[in-house]
Amino acid sequence: MAGHSLTKGRVVALLAHRLAILAYVAFALFPLYWLLKVSVTPNKLLYSEGIRMWPSQTSFEHFDFVLKHSEFPTFFKNSLIVAGSTALIVTALASLAGYALSRFSFRGKYWIVALMLLTQMFPLVMLVAPIFKMLSPLGLTNSLTGLVIVYTAFNVPFATFLMQSFFDGIPKDLEEAAMIDGATQFGAFRQIILPLTLPGIAATLGFVFTAAWSELLFSLMLISGNAAATFPVGLLSFVSKFSIDFGQMMAAGVMALIPACLFFLLIQRYLVQGLTAGAVKG
Amino acid sequence: MASLAARNGGSQRDQRPLKKRLADASAPYLYSAPALILIVTVMLVPLVLGISYAFRDIQLLKPFSGGFIGLDHFRTLSQDQNFYRALRNTLWWTGWSVLLQFVFGLILALLLDKPFFGRAIVQALVFLPWAVPSFLAGLNWAWLFNPVVGPLPHWLFALGIMSEPNNILSDPQLAMWGPIIANVWWGIPFFAITLLAALQAIPRDLYEAASIDGAGPVKRFLSITLPFLAPTIAITVLLRTVWISNFADLIIVMTNGGPADRTQIVASYIFTQAFKRLDFGYASAIALVLLALLIIYSMLIVVLRQWLLSKD
Amino acid sequence: MASIDISNIRKSYGIHPVLHGIDLEIRDGEFVVLVGPSGCGKSTLLRMIAGLEAVTDGEIRIAGKRVNDLAPKDRDIAMVFQSYALYPHMSVAKNMSYSLRLRKMAKEKIASVVAGAATKLGLEPLMERRPKALSGGQRQRVAMGRAIVREPKAFLFDEPLSNLDARLREQMRAEIKKLHKDLGATSIYVTHDQIEAMTLADRIVAMHGGIIQQVGSPLDLYDNPANLFVAGFIGSPGMNFFEGRYIKLNGKSVFAPTGGVELLLEAPANLEEGSRATLGIRPEHVVLGADGPEAQMAAIDLVEPTGFGIILHLTLGPVSLKAFTLDRRFLNATGEIAVRLPGSHLHFFDESGRKV
Repeated sequence: MAGHSLTKGRVVALLAHRLAILAYVAFALFPLYWLLKVSVTPNKLLYSEGIRMWPSQTSFEHFDFVLKHSEFPTFFKNSLIVAGSTALIVTALASLAGYALSRFSFRGKYWIVALMLLTQMFPLVMLVAPIFKMLSPLGLTNSLTGLVIVYTAFNVPFATFLMQSFFDGIPKDLEEAAMIDGATQFGAFRQIILPLTLPGIAATLGFVFTAAWSELLFSLMLISGNAAATFPVGLLSFVSKFSIDFGQMMAAGVMALIPACLFFLLIQRYLVQGLTAGAVKG
Repeated sequence: MASLAARNGGSQRDQRPLKKRLADASAPYLYSAPALILIVTVMLVPLVLGISYAFRDIQLLKPFSGGFIGLDHFRTLSQDQNFYRALRNTLWWTGWSVLLQFVFGLILALLLDKPFFGRAIVQALVFLPWAVPSFLAGLNWAWLFNPVVGPLPHWLFALGIMSEPNNILSDPQLAMWGPIIANVWWGIPFFAITLLAALQAIPRDLYEAASIDGAGPVKRFLSITLPFLAPTIAITVLLRTVWISNFADLIIVMTNGGPADRTQIVASYIFTQAFKRLDFGYASAIALVLLALLIIYSMLIVVLRQWLLSKD
Repeated sequence: MASIDISNIRKSYGIHPVLHGIDLEIRDGEFVVLVGPSGCGKSTLLRMIAGLEAVTDGEIRIAGKRVNDLAPKDRDIAMVFQSYALYPHMSVAKNMSYSLRLRKMAKEKIASVVAGAATKLGLEPLMERRPKALSGGQRQRVAMGRAIVREPKAFLFDEPLSNLDARLREQMRAEIKKLHKDLGATSIYVTHDQIEAMTLADRIVAMHGGIIQQVGSPLDLYDNPANLFVAGFIGSPGMNFFEGRYIKLNGKSVFAPTGGVELLLEAPANLEEGSRATLGIRPEHVVLGADGPEAQMAAIDLVEPTGFGIILHLTLGPVSLKAFTLDRRFLNATGEIAVRLPGSHLHFFDESGRKV
């Protein structure tokens, strides 16, 4: 083991490490790869080449069909509206609340944190029935607005903690310097702190968008018609229909995957960083 | 601050003007008010309502339901064989999911801990499943297990593990493994990220000191890495256990509780009661029992931890 | 520029008091250094003057105007932070002009003021860089530049040099002094480093435990420390102290250190006979290789050459003391050496630690 010469032991260890990494990458990506593969397999080859790693012919016929002859464009649009609005509203609310938790010590802070932690602990399934009962007389069932309200509330606590950990990473000195330089407290927040929290804001946006994009239970419960259905509900109702068309479903799945994965790849570095800051803090 | 004025009459003129004092004191509340109002109205109020439903007859299809019925739901529940099966299934589902996610997550975190060429891209790729919407993860795995379009049954058959290339999701003996595997695939990144963060917080010079003292890799792992990770592992496993027992998406999507209720867990059972039978009262009663069980579990873990700490 | 009057300032966090009634008048154009160990309340006092901490009780006036209720932005003061607190997302030029832009100064005017400050501090080639791309010393300069463009009523410095290495610290110390000479602005400077305090200050305010211990010129504090704390804090290597009793022996004044050899004093001290007291002498005032009746033999424990001089660690009876000399003959000294503690350089402190 002396020096850095490649002894036999080191080579074996290095090889094992790379192989293990490769196995993980393969395990993580294979299902997604398969989704893509089936979605571009033409119908006539779907069964005859069912377990080939790549079809002998590819086509976009399923995508074409899903976009032109199904209701998926509506689902897609609904999901985009719901997830996008939820992400924007949650990030705005969580920035304000996270800033308060990070920068002020005030009476009741402990209870606010306790309340937010509590919301992370109890089973959300418990809320399915009461929320349905509450929203129904307000006309907010079967409506995208109702979904946005519910998703916003569900995501605010975690987003607040995430934003708080980003604010905690910005030295208090900067705000004080700005206030001495002539800024008001809100001016310092807007001109100095917010621009520095952009990575945090991006991470929170992405995280909440993905969560709202993926939510299934409440969407199933609160939405009944196709007009207001989100992607998960649409896809699921598609599955339970009689004639299962795998190619079309997977094409729709690929489309459902794209926004979430794009967001994730853009922000994963910041997300890991934010979680790390939170984790280190305990 | 307000009490100071009362304390010393002479210093009253030193106090900030009332308006400014109010503005200063209310700032944190104003910043957090919108979030709090939303949480209270959309989560806390429904929670309290939900608890009350457990003691009422609330059925959407019965127009005159709504009366208090005391503990009737719980009496029914204690006789409900489906509930007990769901409880056993929950243990099975949660136990295996957490164990496998943790073990593979820890290995992945250790693999990613030291820098190597291409680590950033590898990290992005192996964490990708986390971004996949849970319903899609469920569908995706359901398709992979489907012998018509999925390769897995054929591979298992080729390896001699299965006698025929069948769908394990329709085999009562094996069905639960489908959602568990999907859950492990989906949940490894969470453990890996959390543990990786904890790993990187371990001071590097500890390892150097240990290797100078003559500790080999295994000894270093046992005497430095594990003790440092222990608090993170404990809290993550606890939170994850609670979370996974409540996590019904994959099961609803992949098997919907079937075949023959073999994959019905408590969370999906609650959903079935509320969504399919529209019996909100009974659903809330089950949810309350699940909540109580989870609280007891969490308390047990906390007490166990205290006891272990005090023993040292 | 302005005077700053601080009267009977108190600060507590909840029930925990930090400052116990501080009175201090700072004249127009004066350079005042607040010095003391960490936790003595010096930074809190500075932050109260800046308006970053609320005043629990008492009054702060800047140029005669009561500022207790004013927000920091309305006090017209500038501050240099220990961390420099440069805005990471702004260039050097933007950092320096931020305060002027907030005050809606005309663009051309801002440009000329910032350019002037940049020249003064040698920052011209760095104006478009972000703080991340600057060295520690350069960041420090930008922080100073941000303060001087304002032409504020007063400058506040919160340990501005403690993140720099020794060489740079020395250099920036001189620059701050030069800048103060040029601008003549009222300055309050917080540090825990007594050398910075000695070299920079017109007046030093020594603080300990939330109380002002002594206010005076640097040499005043060095020559005439008001109490044990100031005596021990100012000067390096620190003053030697012996606890013991002041007694008369055969009509002569004698100090008897606890369990030690009696020291014959050259002159009587202003202490009651038999009272407990502490005797202090600076290492550089201990006379080495002395003769005469007051000379006493001390054992040499350790010799520390500093290059400039030599520090000797000695034992006199059971008490240990340090001596500082420029004489290189003592570099290889061993065994015992005769020392004398000249009366004119002895400091006596009574039981409560006050100088007598």
